[in-house]
Amino acid sequence: MIASSFEGGLSAFWEQVTSPAAVAALKLTFVASLIVVAVNAVSGTLIAWVLVRDDFRGKSVVNAVIDLPFALPTIVAGLTLLAVYGPRSPVGLDVSYTRAAIVVAMLFVTLPFVVRAVQPVLIELDREMEEAAASLGARPFTIFRRIVLPNLLPAMLSGAALSFGKAVGEFGSIVLISGNIPFDTEVASVWIFKAIESDQPGAAAAVSVVLLVLSFVVLAVADVLERRSRRHDA
Amino acid sequence: MRSGNAPRYGLRVIALGYLLLLLALPFGAIVYYTFQDGVQPVLDALTDESFIAALKLTLIAVLIAVPANTIFGVACAMALVRHPPRRGTWFINSLIGLPLALSPVVVGLALILVYGQDGWFGTWLVENGIEVIFSTPGIVLATIFVTLPFVVREVIPVLREVGTDQDEAAWTLGASRFQTFFRITLPAIRWGVAYGVVLTMARALGEYGAVAVVSGRLAGKTETLTLHVDEEYLRFNEVAAYTTSLVLAALAVATLVLMNVFKPKEYKEVADVDRRPPGHQAV
Repeated sequence: MIASSFEGGLSAFWEQVTSPAAVAALKLTFVASLIVVAVNAVSGTLIAWVLVRDDFRGKSVVNAVIDLPFALPTIVAGLTLLAVYGPRSPVGLDVSYTRAAIVVAMLFVTLPFVVRAVQPVLIELDREMEEAAASLGARPFTIFRRIVLPNLLPAMLSGAALSFGKAVGEFGSIVLISGNIPFDTEVASVWIFKAIESDQPGAAAAVSVVLLVLSFVVLAVADVLERRSRRHDA
Repeated sequence: MRSGNAPRYGLRVIALGYLLLLLALPFGAIVYYTFQDGVQPVLDALTDESFIAALKLTLIAVLIAVPANTIFGVACAMALVRHPPRRGTWFINSLIGLPLALSPVVVGLALILVYGQDGWFGTWLVENGIEVIFSTPGIVLATIFVTLPFVVREVIPVLREVGTDQDEAAWTLGASRFQTFFRITLPAIRWGVAYGVVLTMARALGEYGAVAVVSGRLAGKTETLTLHVDEEYLRFNEVAAYTTSLVLAALAVATLVLMNVFKPKEYKEVADVDRRPPGHQAV
């Protein structure tokens, strides 16, 4: 595939990657993924915290349900999100055919990554440090910022990197709800799909290579971060 | 009242509210919209020819992809753990994880570029009358590709943990390599394999993007369940789309239950950890 993307030489590759529609799609994908990663880092850590440190009825069910986005087919996710946050929304929130819809779909499919990365670290975290800080008069927020957060950071980063990789390439859950309007709500994977359908495999391959490189870099970074977080544990 | 509990409840409400909006509500919506016109249209959708054809094709893809990736996954994990390469582990790790991070559409494109009419093997395939793209083999290949990493990734840590002591004991007692594998190694890693198989199955059942690219979408011929959802929705057959979605969602929930049965221990303990009285909480 890498070979096909360079079939027309380096200049043809560059031309395809920098065509206005491709750039717009790549930029949108990149920015939306960054937003998703930022939200996930916070919400994922929060959910992991509640699952580990809090206790309430039905917690084990909530814990199991976190993995649902892994198990649910993406197109089904897309269809249900459209049902809830589309034109016939029962909660009165219609985000269909907007960029917000893309973020919502990406948030859905990437939900488990940060939660599952942070959870085991939080379980292992020695509570004595926090208790010591509390006995020395530190306020809860200070304890979180100075003691808990630094310990969780590597896991948060590695979970965030995985969400980024998933969000950048997401297709099934986005395709129905985003409307795929070029220059507005068309993400890179949809752009590639359309290019294949309209028989431009070269252009599709070129943008794919950009995504491929991005994914590979993110995955390698995640691997390094994960190993560092494990070292932190030991 | 302990004022220290207020932030805890606040966090709990935020976390559960977030999950409600993102998970529970959409899930309830599938059930609601499936039965919006009663039960009869649902039954019609389930007995529709194109639905049954889609179900069959999905099952074929799953039944080929799961055993293939289980065998490959165990073999690959054995090779990586027992005979680790001296350098470049990070590269191999990234490579195995690639189908996870790769856009499914890109996977489909890669298959077209290799097996399509103008692809590398295209001419040869056409000459021999073998159709891969826009036909069942392409869908099976796409399914195998996207589900490649699951078994490997689950088996590697288990294999690392069981070590080689028992295998070596078996060897010294004269067991053949074959016997050692099937009577010692495989039983030791069986839960890791089972977990990997469940994940593989879930992904194989639900793959959409890669399959959408290579299928060509001939209703009743090259349409899997996920493509059927899309197709029916675009044809404004809402009930049929939601019914198929509900079937897939039910399979997803079944998968989730199996995942919790086979899940590695450290995750399972999550729910049971922390039974300390609330006064003990740091926050």
